[in-house]
Amino acid sequence: MDSYDVVIIGAGVVGCLTARFLSRYQLRILVIEKESDVGAGTSSANSALIHAGYDPVPGTLKAAMNVRGNSMWDDLAGELDFDFERCGDYVAAIGDEEFQKLFVLKKQGEQNGVPGLKILSPDEIRKRIPNINHDVSGALYAPTAGICDTFAVTIAAAENAQANGVVFKFNTCFESFLMENHQIFGIRTDQGDICCKWVINAAGLYADEVMHMAGSHPEFQIHPRRGEYCVFDPACFQLDTVLFPVPSEKGKGVLFFKTTHGNTIVGPTSEFIDSKDDKAVSIQGLQYLEEQMKKIIPAADLRWTIASFAGLRASGNAVCKNRDVDYTGDFIVEADDSIKGLIHCAGIESPGLTASPAIAERVLQLLRDSGLVMIEKPVWNPFRKRRPCFRRLTNEERNQLIAKDPRYGRIVCRCEMVTEGEIVAEIHAPIAARTYDSIKRRTWCGTGRCQGGFDLIRVVDILARELNLSLEKINKKGVGSEFIVSETKNQGSGK
Amino acid sequence: MIPIHDYDLIVVGSGPAGLAAAVSAKKNGVDSVLIIDRDVEPGGILLQCVHSGFGLETFGEDLPGPSYAQRYIQDAELLHIDFLMDTMVLDVTKDFSVTVSNEKFGIQIFLAKAIVLAMGCRERSRAQIHLSGTRPAGVFTAGTAQRWVNVEGLMPGKNFVILGSGDIGMIMARRLTLEGAHVNRVVEIMPYLNGLSRNYVQCLQDYDIPLFLNHTINNIYGKKRVEAVEIVRVDQNRKVQPETAEIIPCDTVLLSVGLIPENELTRKIGVAMDPITGGAMTDNCFETSSPGIFVAGNVVHVYDLVDYVTHDGTIAGEQAARFIQGHRKIHQKRIPVIAEDSLRYVVPQKICPETLQEAEIQLFMRVSFPMEYPVQIRAYSDQGDIFRKTLPYVRPGEMVSIQIPKTAHDLIQASDAIRLQILRKE
Repeated sequence: MDSYDVVIIGAGVVGCLTARFLSRYQLRILVIEKESDVGAGTSSANSALIHAGYDPVPGTLKAAMNVRGNSMWDDLAGELDFDFERCGDYVAAIGDEEFQKLFVLKKQGEQNGVPGLKILSPDEIRKRIPNINHDVSGALYAPTAGICDTFAVTIAAAENAQANGVVFKFNTCFESFLMENHQIFGIRTDQGDICCKWVINAAGLYADEVMHMAGSHPEFQIHPRRGEYCVFDPACFQLDTVLFPVPSEKGKGVLFFKTTHGNTIVGPTSEFIDSKDDKAVSIQGLQYLEEQMKKIIPAADLRWTIASFAGLRASGNAVCKNRDVDYTGDFIVEADDSIKGLIHCAGIESPGLTASPAIAERVLQLLRDSGLVMIEKPVWNPFRKRRPCFRRLTNEERNQLIAKDPRYGRIVCRCEMVTEGEIVAEIHAPIAARTYDSIKRRTWCGTGRCQGGFDLIRVVDILARELNLSLEKINKKGVGSEFIVSETKNQGSGK
Repeated sequence: MIPIHDYDLIVVGSGPAGLAAAVSAKKNGVDSVLIIDRDVEPGGILLQCVHSGFGLETFGEDLPGPSYAQRYIQDAELLHIDFLMDTMVLDVTKDFSVTVSNEKFGIQIFLAKAIVLAMGCRERSRAQIHLSGTRPAGVFTAGTAQRWVNVEGLMPGKNFVILGSGDIGMIMARRLTLEGAHVNRVVEIMPYLNGLSRNYVQCLQDYDIPLFLNHTINNIYGKKRVEAVEIVRVDQNRKVQPETAEIIPCDTVLLSVGLIPENELTRKIGVAMDPITGGAMTDNCFETSSPGIFVAGNVVHVYDLVDYVTHDGTIAGEQAARFIQGHRKIHQKRIPVIAEDSLRYVVPQKICPETLQEAEIQLFMRVSFPMEYPVQIRAYSDQGDIFRKTLPYVRPGEMVSIQIPKTAHDLIQASDAIRLQILRKE
């Protein structure tokens, strides 16, 4: 039986960052993931925002993790070399009632320890965002908010963890704990048993089920909350910031945000659903987005859409541990009450991405507190370098790259200018991309106006060639999502 | 340093429009012509169109797509036109500098004396029609399936539902049936066919594939691969009628829901665009608002016959030659051509009066909805009626083409603008 010190369940952003932070110590660490790639669940579809921290209720774990997490992103982005930009964000108020709410929000932010919050006059916000609703009554500005390449964060953390000795097992689903006298000695997966003393539950939408397997918190439930988004064609509309409406009891509302790839996205909707893997988009969702977005930018038009997608938030019903605060839906980041060696990260909905490095930091502290001996490795490399991105190079740099590897001269995705070299590099990367969607998330291939119209056929060919698999085996997102069913009767006319 | 090369004319795209433009420019005396294309072989989308129906107007023969393309490729080779294949054009400027990238030479710059843009069109995607449901494998554009089946010899599914009655969708319905797949039905949200009537007869009727007008896909099911679709009827306002919902099991959805001229490069140059066609505004010489930048084929507007594409590409090439040779006057007067009422658009959007004597001018237009009765296209201006043409019927799926009669030239020359309208013939 394989044996490790620590097993992390789930290779989302929380699991991967925890693995990366833990890789500093002399421990044998394994991450198991039921999907074929890192960041395939909740981490695959969210707003990619690094929230300033004025939203969470003061005194909650969410508030503490948000503000601490926010402060960690500059170092993280520097070490792991992913896109991160502290562009700031705005909450725009329409009418007097909403304007008053900005002061409540600002005060809440200050209580949470958010620096630099400022209320802007209508003139000032109109100057900064000219196409904003002209009835804007003011805005809250938070300079510490930012955006990141959410896919790259998880991938970079996993790669760095792996470079420092962490093992990743994909297509491996947790089934149960192997325990004796309230002590873990391993876990059972659909790929066999694994021996370990410590387990970190970072199972995202399924964290409640993992928790229940250990017999703890039977009252805790994750109720998936779906959010639909629309991606706009940058040729039609670009917003160089992040723009929220005034939040309501339903949440932070439908916002506009720019991405590190240059698109503007509008979303999300907010709808509780029963299934933990139903990422369907709907006409109703789009209609809701249209209604909401026009309140802050009246000229916004859904005809600008080049893609739509949905993500699921892992909304939990945990009561805030702080007795002075009346709040349900807090994060759980704690050692299990009765089982030694088990740490839970659960109910990690927004601002989960922002909080993820702080959650990882807290998990390390919890492990230490529960008796794990953590000795630093004599050599630990905190750095990971990104691979070349053709789109961002000067023509001279491109030619230097092409001279070394001609495949960087061959553009496979015209809209986003992604080369064969970049795709091949991801297929052979430490955390390898083996599906079309994995390549899409890493290179941005197929995300433009034509939505794979040109590249899909070519990427499927490249995957088959590089992985030495038949074309019928190449899939979109794991086994069962293959593109090709068979050859034709005459096997084509061309090649 | 980035390597720089010189040509007289550069043509972007080696489909029928680009080939015709290059051949005609060369025949009209241009010394050096280069065709650049992102694919490995010239011919463009014709290479995946293995069905017949090409060339009836041009050659009086019924050819499959690749054979049609081959005739022009041969001409181009005989005329010593250069090809740079497997090469992506990154940038084109107003002063005719073309930046490209490929495996062999990396980034290079080509300088020319004129440019013909012939990038063709692309297919509308799922997101653009706001299709509800999950996002599994098995939702493809008809053109993607066409390339897989006809060029690569691969079947992307066994059991199909086709959304949209565009020509490629109907042609693929037949092709897939011949390959042993099951095509459950073609559904079209509009109350009329989107493609050519002949394709309906030859591709659907002859193979007993049902066409459901006023129907659409309301939902896609399946997590990894498509498992089923929900099909509903829509009312005259295209509103879904939920009580008509029917679940159809299938593993693949093909989208044939419209084509969009591929104009990323054109927009980057900054020429005036027509929001209705999605292509550049052009005159009857296929010159854009930027002198020396010409456009040809589906990059201007979506044609329904390749023969017309070739015809217009030939004009673009000839006029590019005149421009290079200094015979084309810059800043000459252009008379706007305006589509009114139920005419959705007209191409060209401008006429150069000086060229009226040189060549016959053809106007292409599309109507907004079918008129299954005799109609009259009326061209008029401040000078009064210019000409009229009677047609037995008009349909959105079938392009209307009208040649301007020679007798109308004087009136056109005296007009400020030419307006076109469509009238019910009494």
